[in-house]
Amino acid sequence: MKKFIIKRLLELIPVLFIITFVVFVLVYHAGDPVSLMLPEDASQEDREYMRESLGLNDPFIVQYANFVMDITRGNFGTSTRYDMDALPLVIERLPATFELAGAAMLVALAISIPLGIWSANRRNSYVDLFITGGSVLGKAMPNFWLGIMLILLLAVNYQAFPVSGRGTFMHLVLPAITLGTSVAAEMTRLVRSSMLDTLGQDYIRTASSKGVPYVKVVVYHAFRNTLIPVITITTLQLSILVSGAIITESVFQWPGLGMLLVQAVNARDMAVVQASVFIIAILVILINLITDLIYFIIDPRIKHS
Amino acid sequence: MSEATSEVKKVKTYKRSGNVKLFLKLLAQSKTGMVGLFILISVTLIAIFADFIAPYSPTEPQLSDILVPPSWQEGGTSAYLLGTDNLGRDVFSRLIYGTRVSLIVGVLSVVVAGFIGLIIGVVSAYFGKWVDQILMRIVDAFLSIPSILFIMVILTIFSPSLTVLIIVIGLTTWVNYARIIRGEVLSLKEREFVKASQTIGTSHLTIIRKNLIPNVMSTFIVISTLSVATTIILEASLSFLGLGIQPPDISWGGMLNDGRDYLATHWWMGTFPGIAITITVLGIIFLGDWLRDVLDPRL
Repeated sequence: MKKFIIKRLLELIPVLFIITFVVFVLVYHAGDPVSLMLPEDASQEDREYMRESLGLNDPFIVQYANFVMDITRGNFGTSTRYDMDALPLVIERLPATFELAGAAMLVALAISIPLGIWSANRRNSYVDLFITGGSVLGKAMPNFWLGIMLILLLAVNYQAFPVSGRGTFMHLVLPAITLGTSVAAEMTRLVRSSMLDTLGQDYIRTASSKGVPYVKVVVYHAFRNTLIPVITITTLQLSILVSGAIITESVFQWPGLGMLLVQAVNARDMAVVQASVFIIAILVILINLITDLIYFIIDPRIKHS
Repeated sequence: MSEATSEVKKVKTYKRSGNVKLFLKLLAQSKTGMVGLFILISVTLIAIFADFIAPYSPTEPQLSDILVPPSWQEGGTSAYLLGTDNLGRDVFSRLIYGTRVSLIVGVLSVVVAGFIGLIIGVVSAYFGKWVDQILMRIVDAFLSIPSILFIMVILTIFSPSLTVLIIVIGLTTWVNYARIIRGEVLSLKEREFVKASQTIGTSHLTIIRKNLIPNVMSTFIVISTLSVATTIILEASLSFLGLGIQPPDISWGGMLNDGRDYLATHWWMGTFPGIAITITVLGIIFLGDWLRDVLDPRL
């Protein structure tokens, strides 16, 4: 177990290294920050002095090393928009994003697990056709547009929910449904196919033929064994969840990391963009690590191999 | 020698025309596949002949006709089928022109991404060892960050234009191809015909070109088709966030962004572009799913 965790943590190093490199190369080629920082009539000596003091005249490798050192100290630079350190700005937005992502994941699981199992058990029936069709439609519909339509219908026409913002439970409902359905669209299909796999196994036939009631077969025998693929599926949706959250937050003006990032990109606030991207990358990697650990605990086959 | 070559050529052409017929026959059996193809052909024709189909200029403001509702609603006129936007531009005409950006970005980004992904996937699997190690670490890095984040970093630095958008989306979405193609090639390179080619001293380049790439083509076509669908949504999302296609160029995502501010009072601006995206993407998914069933049921 310990060895496993250490191995996985070590594997993160090259990944993080590549991410820093890509971001650095982009920033390095972004142009001269000095001309942005100094007034237009600054003299050539002032510019040169500024470049020297910022380390912009150093060779590429030295600048990259400094960049990585700064990041390891949590120093991503100062936000030009908020005039404060970028990292605390990003950290401050995390709870809102976690709240949205968590609620959306619950919505997604609540939709996709029952529907996936139901349609697998009624394969090729109208129920199956309807559910599969719905999941394809959910995939084809841009998630932000679904949000707009929900606002139009439930917030503008029926005024059942607030249009935007964060605060009460009612604020959370529409964004969570928007983000949740887009994740559920893909998950339902995957739960269905993994349930179909399980239902085709010999032990299911054995259980059915010795007279175990059908519902019990599905719940006790089939579903438990579908859980492992379901966990895999859930982590695979993570990237949809993150990119979806960025857009959903903008639609509903949800004050999370996604909205901060979009505003930062529009304002060319490089420090905040970098900090957000790193934090999100680290989060994604950590969550993947945690799911690997969950496998390790629930699936004895991995432990012994 | 020359006789033998011509014989081979004959067989090949015969097989090809046979394939096309078989293909069409299979397509005719699939309702969703036909619907998908029909949607895709229609959208393509609309994009090509937009100048002839659109009743109005999509960019010229008509300040006397601002925010006219769709024709069937009270206050709407038959002159503007789907109403007009906040600058008096015909929504229907703008939708027609919007097909261009969606298709161009959708298809060309997939070409860029597919090219990179195919090469990296094949090279990584075929050469193995440290080449594979390095390339797969890069793939891991790209996988751990959703591509929209990389795109945002790049768009912070370069202002978006059609070309920038195509390259940026292409450069950040190739990972999926690389991963799947690599898996395919890993098993292909253990097969006898590849081993045989290696034994008689065929160069690596020839093996890759003649033995490996043709055999991953069907998988590649399936992923590419389905990627066009996700790319169209990605472009629409970026344009919706104001990071994609900039006005006066027309994109469905940009139209939705405009419509967001008028949602409470003028529903049509934020509704129709979404329907257009959904129908187009649905068509591509239908076609892609059908292609997958026919070409590569394992995917």
